[in-house]
Amino acid sequence: MESLVVVDYGAGNLTSVVNALSFIGLKATASSDPSVIIRADRLVFPGVGAAGTAMQTLNETGIGKAIIDVVKAGRPVLGICIGCQIILDSSEENGNVKTLGLIPGRTVRFRNEPGYKIPHMGWNQVDFKQIHPIFKGIESGRNFYFVHSYHPSDVPYACVFAETTYGSQSFTSALGKDNLIATQFHLEKSGSVGLQVLKNFSEWDGQCLQNG
Amino acid sequence: MLTKRLIICLDVRNRKVTKGIQFQGNVDVGDPVEMGARYSDEGVDELVFYDITASAENRSCDIEMVKDIAKHVFIPFSVGGGIRNLEDMHRVLLAGAEKVSINSLAVLHPEIISEGAKAFGNQCMVLGMDAKFVGVSEKIPSGYEVYIQGGRKAMSLDAVEWACRAEALGIGEICLNSMDADGMQTGYELTITELIARAVNVPVIASGGAGTLEHISTLFEKTSADAALVASMVHFGNYTVQGIKDAMKKSGIPVR
Repeated sequence: MESLVVVDYGAGNLTSVVNALSFIGLKATASSDPSVIIRADRLVFPGVGAAGTAMQTLNETGIGKAIIDVVKAGRPVLGICIGCQIILDSSEENGNVKTLGLIPGRTVRFRNEPGYKIPHMGWNQVDFKQIHPIFKGIESGRNFYFVHSYHPSDVPYACVFAETTYGSQSFTSALGKDNLIATQFHLEKSGSVGLQVLKNFSEWDGQCLQNG
Repeated sequence: MLTKRLIICLDVRNRKVTKGIQFQGNVDVGDPVEMGARYSDEGVDELVFYDITASAENRSCDIEMVKDIAKHVFIPFSVGGGIRNLEDMHRVLLAGAEKVSINSLAVLHPEIISEGAKAFGNQCMVLGMDAKFVGVSEKIPSGYEVYIQGGRKAMSLDAVEWACRAEALGIGEICLNSMDADGMQTGYELTITELIARAVNVPVIASGGAGTLEHISTLFEKTSADAALVASMVHFGNYTVQGIKDAMKKSGIPVR
């Protein structure tokens, strides 16, 4: 049977992700063991918390290397929230932290804007910029749940799959490259549309057509 | 554009959702897990579960219930009542809740706010606040006083001052319950809601008093509250989530 692994690197709450996968009939194993992660047929890389702390854990435990290996082996990998930021080159959070560098780009903080609170928390629209198999059957502009103070930036056009606007700031809210896809929004907390994306991910062969 | 949130509050006693009027005379209305899942399917944006007897019984909140909710509800939900320390917070968050809500504990031990924010992040710390109009005085400049222990004990603490202090300590959100309006279905207490929403830079949830669709539209038209909390309106079947959302949309309020 295909193994679906949820990476456990101590960065917040895995329960919701495992529960959501189980609710749609998928058996997922949460693991912090690099030897289990590296053998996963399909990987979910979730997380809340700070990028700096998360990166430190990923480096020290060897989990970071295991994730890179799964991505390079061409197996489907899904990042959520911090998991969407850590695959970029660097993050402004906790100083300037070097992150996994699987997709070009960096993570920056929202600019302060009168009337717009940070964190950006709540339901906001996700506008698709390219077709992706994990968004199959979902209209552009649907609302997903966000909680974050930092967001992906400077991602090459070919890797941007969705954008979201907060105040006057538009940011990349879904990004990907080949068999790697990631969302800044929480699929496990976005009700039925979120569950649909997780379901689509579980059926995805890791192939996608990209712009440019 | 970030939408305005509709939140349903479920007060739980002995594993049953209950609804009181001005903190008294409760009636049981259903099973928390079932009701939570149903409201979530109907499109509510967030849920709040309060274990209303945990504090009085001096126990931590019903963690098995939280785990059960997390297996059936895939929208954000917070848990309050019986959060006595960091360990309780940790257990609730690990069980799958998005946020913890603290009220009396925060008033009596404000340092718990900064400790919780540091350990788990500001975004999961919600301050529940029960406020009552007592008239403007030197001690209570806004006229609204903070009460604790389910509205039984006045604290000689000004509601607006407390909100600002809690924000400085690292609270991520404030759920403001007007004791004067609670369960009365006569509309939200707009004055204190706006005073607090203007004073802080974290989201404010208005609670207490919603009885008609107009009350909800008025809240968003007259104040800068981020979310409306309802209970009686939906628990007794008078209104549906969809009906409330449609009315909000019609009034030009951005909704999911």
